[in-house]
Amino acid sequence: MSAILLIEQILNGLQFGVMLFLTAAGLTLVFGVMGLINLAHGSLYMVGAFAAAAVAAATGSFFLALVASLAAAAAAGAIVEVVVIRRLYNRDHLDQVLATFALILIFSEGTRWIFGSFPLFLNIPEALSGPVTLPGGIQYSLYRLVLIGIGLAVALGLFLLINKTRLGIQIRAGENDREMIAALGIDISRLYTIVFALGAALAGFAGALVGAIQSVQVGMGEPVLILAFVVIVIGGIGSIKGALVGSILVGLTDTLGGVLLPSFFKLFMDNAAATATGTALATMAIYILMALILVVKPTGLYGAST
Amino acid sequence: MSREAYINAIVVAVLLAVPLWAWVADAPFIITLATRIAILALAGVGLNIALGLGGMVSLGHAVFFGIGGYAMGILASHAQDYSPLMEWPFLIEGTKSMPVIWLAALLMSGLAALLIGFLSLRTSGVYFIMITLAFGQMFFYFTVSWPAYGGEDGLPIYVRNSFPGLNTLDPIQFFLICFAVLGLALGFSAALARSPFGLALNATRQQATRVEAVGIAPFRIRLVGFVISGMITGLAGALFADLNRFVSPTMFSWQTSGEIMVFVILGGVARLFGPVVGAAIFITLEHLLGGVSDYWHIYLGALLLLVVLFARGGVIGLLSSWRKASV
Repeated sequence: MSAILLIEQILNGLQFGVMLFLTAAGLTLVFGVMGLINLAHGSLYMVGAFAAAAVAAATGSFFLALVASLAAAAAAGAIVEVVVIRRLYNRDHLDQVLATFALILIFSEGTRWIFGSFPLFLNIPEALSGPVTLPGGIQYSLYRLVLIGIGLAVALGLFLLINKTRLGIQIRAGENDREMIAALGIDISRLYTIVFALGAALAGFAGALVGAIQSVQVGMGEPVLILAFVVIVIGGIGSIKGALVGSILVGLTDTLGGVLLPSFFKLFMDNAAATATGTALATMAIYILMALILVVKPTGLYGAST
Repeated sequence: MSREAYINAIVVAVLLAVPLWAWVADAPFIITLATRIAILALAGVGLNIALGLGGMVSLGHAVFFGIGGYAMGILASHAQDYSPLMEWPFLIEGTKSMPVIWLAALLMSGLAALLIGFLSLRTSGVYFIMITLAFGQMFFYFTVSWPAYGGEDGLPIYVRNSFPGLNTLDPIQFFLICFAVLGLALGFSAALARSPFGLALNATRQQATRVEAVGIAPFRIRLVGFVISGMITGLAGALFADLNRFVSPTMFSWQTSGEIMVFVILGGVARLFGPVVGAAIFITLEHLLGGVSDYWHIYLGALLLLVVLFARGGVIGLLSSWRKASV
C-alpha cells in the first residue's frame, strides 16, 4: 500500500463524509427542532438529483442545475411539510415512520412515473473535470476536491446560521422549548416549515452534487438515508457538530475499510479468501463502529446525556 | 363475542375458504397468493409482539426474515449438492426436512435477535428505530458481498423441502402447512399476551419506570420479547424461502422491514389478527393494482398515509368501531 493511494483514499473518504453531512444535517435539525423522524429525507435527496439532471439536460448549465436542485428540494420539502408532516409532530414515532415510509413510496413511484426507470446522467462541468496535482505530486480529481470544499463551506455556513443569526436563535430556542417561543410571538409553524425546507434543500443539493459522480436513479436516496441515520446515531441526535464528526468518521471508515481490510487479511490468508473476507467485513465496518459507540455512549458522541 | 372477534373469525374463514375453493376450481395461482398471505402474516405476527406488545418500533425485522430464509437456503443447498455444511469440530450435513430447517431458522434468528436486541435496547425511541434499520442494512450488504451462497444473485433451491407425511409440492398441502403454522403462532401470541410475561412486557411499554419499581428489569423483559418476536419472523422467512424456492439479499432489504411493519399497521397495531388482515390487504392490492398500473406503490403509499393520518388502529380498529362512531 503506497502512501499516495492511502492519501487518495483518505480524500475519497472525506468527500463521502462531507456529502453525507449535508444529508445528515437536515435530518438531525428536523429531529432536534420538531422531534420528527423523517424516512422520506432520502427522497428529497433524490428530488434534488433529478431536478438537477433535468435542468442540466435542458440548459447545459451545471450552475443552473445546482440552483434547481436547491429550489426543487426546498419546494418539495415545504409542500410535504405543510400537507403531511405538520400533522405528525404530535404523533408517536411509529406513526411518523409509517407516514414517511408512505411518502417514500409516493416519491419513488412518482419519480419513476415521470422520468422512467432508467438512470439519468449528470455530467461534471468542463471546468471542474480532470485531475489536479496536489502538493507531493498526488493526482486527484478536481471535482471531488471541490465537493470537499463545498461541504466544509456549507458546514461553516450552517454553524454561523445556527449560532449567529436570528433564525438560528429561533431554531435553538425551538429545540429547547417550543411552547415558550410560540408564547413569545414567533410563528412556530412558519419556523418549522423553514427548518424542514432548509434540511430538504441541503439534502437535494447533496443529491445533485453526488449525482454528478454517480448515476441519478430512483432509490438512490435510501442507502444515503440509512447511512445518515448511522451518522446521527454516532454523533448524537439533534447535534450539528455530532453530524459533522459522525459523517467524517463514517466516510473514512467506509472508504478506508474497503481498501485496508482486504490487504490486512492478505497478511495471513490466501488472496481470494482474504479479498472475500475483507470486502464482506468492510461492508459491515461502519455498523460495527456504530455498535461500539453505542456500547460506550448510548446517546452518541455529542448527544444530550438524558 | 366482541365485534373484533367476529372480524377475526371471518378473516380466518376467508383465508381458509379461498384457497380451498381455488383447489377445487384448480386455480393454483390463488393458492400461492393465499400461501404468501399466510407466511407474510406470520412475519407480521412476529413483529407485532415487539411492536404492539412491547412498543419496540423495530425497522430491522428483515434481518430475522432473511436469516430464516438463508437458514433454509444454506441447509437445502448443501443437501442438494451432497456437501457437508461443516466438518469441524463436528459434522453438520445439509437437510431437506422442513422441521429441521425450521428449528435452525428459529435458533439462528433467535441468536441474531439476542445480539441486535442486546445492543439496540440500550437505547429507545428514535435511536432504536434508526439502529435496527442500520443493522438490517448491515446484514443486507453482508449477504450481497459474501460470495459463498450466491452473493447478490441469491441462491435457488430446485425442489421444495419435505415435510413428513405430506407432499409439499402440492400447493394446497403446502398452504395448509403454512396456515397451521400461522394458527399456532397466533395461538402462542394470544397466550403470550395473557401470560405474566406478556403482561410485564405490555407494562414496560406503558410505564417502564413503574415496572422497574415493582422489581422487574425492563431491559430483560424487552430483550426476551424481542428475541421471541425475531424467532417467529425468522420462521416466516424459512417458509417464504420455501415458497419461492429461492433466497436472495432482498429478504434483508430495508423495504422488507418496512413492508412487514406495514402489514402490522394496516391491520392494526397490537391487535392479534392485525398482521393477517394487513398482509391480506397488501397482497390482494399488490395483485389487483399491480395488474392495473405499474406504479401501484403510489396508491399503496396514499392508502397507508390515509390509514396513519385518519384511521388510527388500522383496518380492524376502523371496522370494530364503525358502529360506535356512526351512532
